[in-house]
Amino acid sequence: MKVTILQFPGTNCEYDTQHSFEKLGATTEILWHKSENISDDTDLLVVAGGFSYGDYLRSGAIAKFSPVMKAVKEYAKNGGKVLGICNGFQVLTEAGLLPGALKRNDGLHFISKHHHLKVINNDNIFLKELACGDVVNIPIAHHDGNYYIDEDGLKDLEANNQILLKYTDENGDVKNPNGSVESIAGVCNKEKNVFGLMPHPERAMETLLGSDDGVKMLQGFFQA
Amino acid sequence: MKAIVNISLKAGVLDSQGKAVHHALDSLHFNSVDDVRVGKQIILQLNETDKTKAMADVTKMCEELLANTVIEDYEIELV
Repeated sequence: MKVTILQFPGTNCEYDTQHSFEKLGATTEILWHKSENISDDTDLLVVAGGFSYGDYLRSGAIAKFSPVMKAVKEYAKNGGKVLGICNGFQVLTEAGLLPGALKRNDGLHFISKHHHLKVINNDNIFLKELACGDVVNIPIAHHDGNYYIDEDGLKDLEANNQILLKYTDENGDVKNPNGSVESIAGVCNKEKNVFGLMPHPERAMETLLGSDDGVKMLQGFFQA
Repeated sequence: MKAIVNISLKAGVLDSQGKAVHHALDSLHFNSVDDVRVGKQIILQLNETDKTKAMADVTKMCEELLANTVIEDYEIELV
C-alpha cells in the first residue's frame, strides 16, 4: 500500500498523515505541489490539511491551480482513490472533484476540539470498516468548515449515498458545530473514489491522545 | 482601465459575518439597518483598452478563480 501525500505551501498536516499511514503499514511519499506527476504505484492520494497559500482569497482557491492538481484530476478521473482532509477537502471542492463548498463557520470562530461524528454511509472503501450509525470521536480544527450545498445538490448526495459523516453528540444525535447543511462533516463523489472530510482522522490514532477512532477510518483504504 | 469586482455570498446563503455585524450595529443602537451583507472587493488594474474584451476577461477570471460560484455572486464594474 503506497500513500502519496500532497504538500502545498502552507500545508501542515502532511507529517501527521504520513506517520498515521506508516503506523498502519503503508509506504508513503510526500509530493511537493510543483510536481506534474503522481507516482504510478500510488494506491491512495491524500490532500493533507493546513492552510495552503495562507487561505488567501478562499480556502483552497489558489491550491487548485497548482501544477500537481492537473495530475490529481486525471488520477481521480481514472478511478484513483483520493482523500482530502480539512484543507484538502476545501481544495477538492474548489477543484470541482467534490460537490458543494466550505464557508466560514456560522459562529465565526476557529473551532479546535474533539467532536463526535456519525457514520451515514459505509458502502465505500473509506468507511467500510465501520457500520452505519457508528459514532466516532475525531478532532476538528477549522475556520471554514461550514459545508454548503444547494437543495438539489443535497438531494443528489442523499440519493447516491454520498454523505459519509455527520456531526453529532456522543449518542449520535445531530449536534452541529459550524452550521454545515444537514450537519454534514464529509462527502464523497458519485463514483465513490474521491473522499473529503473536515475532521482529522490522522489526529485520532492513539488512545493516549484522546481517541484512536481514526484507525478504523484510514484502515479502510488498506483492503481494496 | 480598472475593474472593480464585488463578491458576496449568494442570496439564500447565510452570511454569518453579515449577521454578526448587523448584531453589533444593533447593539450600538443603529436601528435603521434591515440587513447586512459582508463581501470583498478586488480591484484589478488592466492593460486592456477594449471594454467588451475587458469585461469578457474579468468575467472569466471571476468564474475560474475570483469567486466560488457555488456560494458567491460577483459584480464587475469597469472604470
